[in-house]
Formats: sequence, C-alpha cells, structure tokens
Amino acid sequence: MHELSIAEGLLDIIKEEMAKNNVTKLLSIKIVHGQMASVVPEALDMAFKALTVDTPMEGVRLEMEEIPTRVRCCQCKLEFSPVEDDIYLMTCPQCGAELGHEILSGKELYIESIEAE
Amino acid sequence: MEIPVIRNILEANDRISEQLRNMFRQMHILTLNLMSSPGSGKTTLLERTLTDLKEEFTMAVIEGDVMTSNDAKRVAATGAQALQINTDGGCHLDSSMVLQACNQMQLDDTDILFVENVGNLVCPAEFEVGEDYKVTILSVTEGDDKPEKYPLMFAESKVMILNKIDLLPYVDFSLERATRFASQLNKDIKVFPVSARTGEGMDAWYEWLRQEVATKKA
Ligand SMILES: [Zn+2]
Repeated sequence: MHELSIAEGLLDIIKEEMAKNNVTKLLSIKIVHGQMASVVPEALDMAFKALTVDTPMEGVRLEMEEIPTRVRCCQCKLEFSPVEDDIYLMTCPQCGAELGHEILSGKELYIESIEAE
Repeated sequence: MEIPVIRNILEANDRISEQLRNMFRQMHILTLNLMSSPGSGKTTLLERTLTDLKEEFTMAVIEGDVMTSNDAKRVAATGAQALQINTDGGCHLDSSMVLQACNQMQLDDTDILFVENVGNLVCPAEFEVGEDYKVTILSVTEGDDKPEKYPLMFAESKVMILNKIDLLPYVDFSLERATRFASQLNKDIKVFPVSARTGEGMDAWYEWLRQEVATKKA
C-alpha cells in the first residue's frame, strides 16, 4: 500500500500550490502516472479520501492519466510499447531481444495541474 | 481556474533522501538499502555478516522489517547498534523514517549502515532512503524468475545476493538463469551466490564491502 504515502505527498504539494496561487476551494487534481510506477488508481482514490475526510478537500475529484511504458530496444533500437502480458520481459517485436531496453516513458508520477477557485 | 503544477509527487521523500545522502557522505558511512521478499534469510545473512566483520568495522542496523522481536535480538546480540522502526503496516521505509532513526542513533565512527527494508519486492524501489546502493537478497528456494517478475527492483540494485545455495541440490533453481536475467536488467549488477548458514561464498560479499568502505573513506 504505497498509495498512502503517495496521497500524503500529493496533499503537501497541493496545499503549497494553493497558498501560492491564493485559491481556497479545490475542485479537482490531475495526476499523471506511468505504467511502471504501479499505482492502483482505486487505492490512491481511497487513500486520498481517507486523508481528506472532514476537511475542506473532502469530495475533490482525482483525475488519473496512465502513461504506457515505452522503450527503445537494446539491440535494434526500435521504439515500442511492450504488449500487456509481456511487461516484464518486454520482447522486441522486431528482433526478439528481451529485457535491458532503454526506458523512454512509464516511470512518471506527478501532478499535472489542479482546478481551484 | 486551472493551475499547472507539474511536480513529482514523491519529491518530499527525494529531498530528505538527498539530505541523508549528504550526511552519510560527510560522515563516510557506507549505507546499503537491503531489500528482499519474506523468507530470503535476510536476518541470518545480516547476523553472519555483523559477526564475521565485527573486528574490522563498526556497523549499525536500522530495521524496518522485523518479523518477530526475536530477529531484532539476534541482530543486537552481534554487538552492532540496532534500531527498529515501526512502519505502521506500510509496505516500505521512507526517508523521513530513516532520518528519525538516525537522530536516535550514535553514528559517529560507523563504517557501514544497513537499512533493512520491509520484506516486499514491489514498492520499496521507488523510495530512496539516502543509500549508496540497493542490495536485493533472494533465496534459491524462491524461484529463478524473480528478477524477471520485479524488473524495476533489479534494474536499480547494485548487488544481488542469492542466499541458501546449500539447498541448490534440492530445488529447481538455475543460478545461471537468475544471473542472466539480473544482468540483462542491469549490466553492472554484482551477483554473490552465498549460504549464510554454511558460510559458503560469503568471502566475496565481504571483499566487496571492504572495497566499498575504502572507497567511501577515500
Ligand atoms: Zn529489437
């Protein structure tokens, strides 16, 4: 359950950003998470709800966008996204090389924006 | 209105981790983040290391993963300074927990600090705790496909220790296959097949520790 730590980090940043922008009412949060960061959206939603119950942030909407894993083959340099059931070995569709590819995306975990007034 | 933010959610953890790293650098303490799955024999390995090297180095242990208080006693019995931290059921240690632990310990003159992370191979990789290196401990009873199942963990580890090699004749585990997977994920990974029970292979691991301590002091 690392979602609880993620939700705590989320709250700290949001409070800072709201103070900086002089807004008091938060409506929604847009989060970008890579496939490899293994964040479970439902678990994060639950953790965020647990941390904000009975606070002014109760009921704020979390919008989560998942970024698929994208790699560059370590042998033939082809850029590809591993298929769903092969996210560990990441077999290259062109030359068959497994593992050790350069990771181009999929490790992201950040807040893109907040909607507030 | 929409306010653009673009901030890494784990930045607070990363910031404290960087503080810890600076502190350990100034104090010349080699810090290793030990990760494993339950049943890898991590406590036995640590206990043996602390005992065998105790004349050579001053060592300390932060324990985030203690199955029973017995484990903590075994570590403390070697004479090393040990502090247990309560992760409140969380699946990993984070850098603020390690910072708190360090504040309660006497780390002057420490050569090696072992941070024993929670037994779990999935999420600790995302949380740095100021360590020089991550060390993943695997036992041959767990199956040689572990590196393949947890690629992030192995891609970020400097060392893989394969424990319980005295049981190799009885289990279906290929040292060659596990080593190959790990080195494909991370070409610089060092692999040490050992038996913490019989002591086989431990010398190579100790030699690596000696070199890294020397580098840290230089
Ligand atoms: Zn290829």
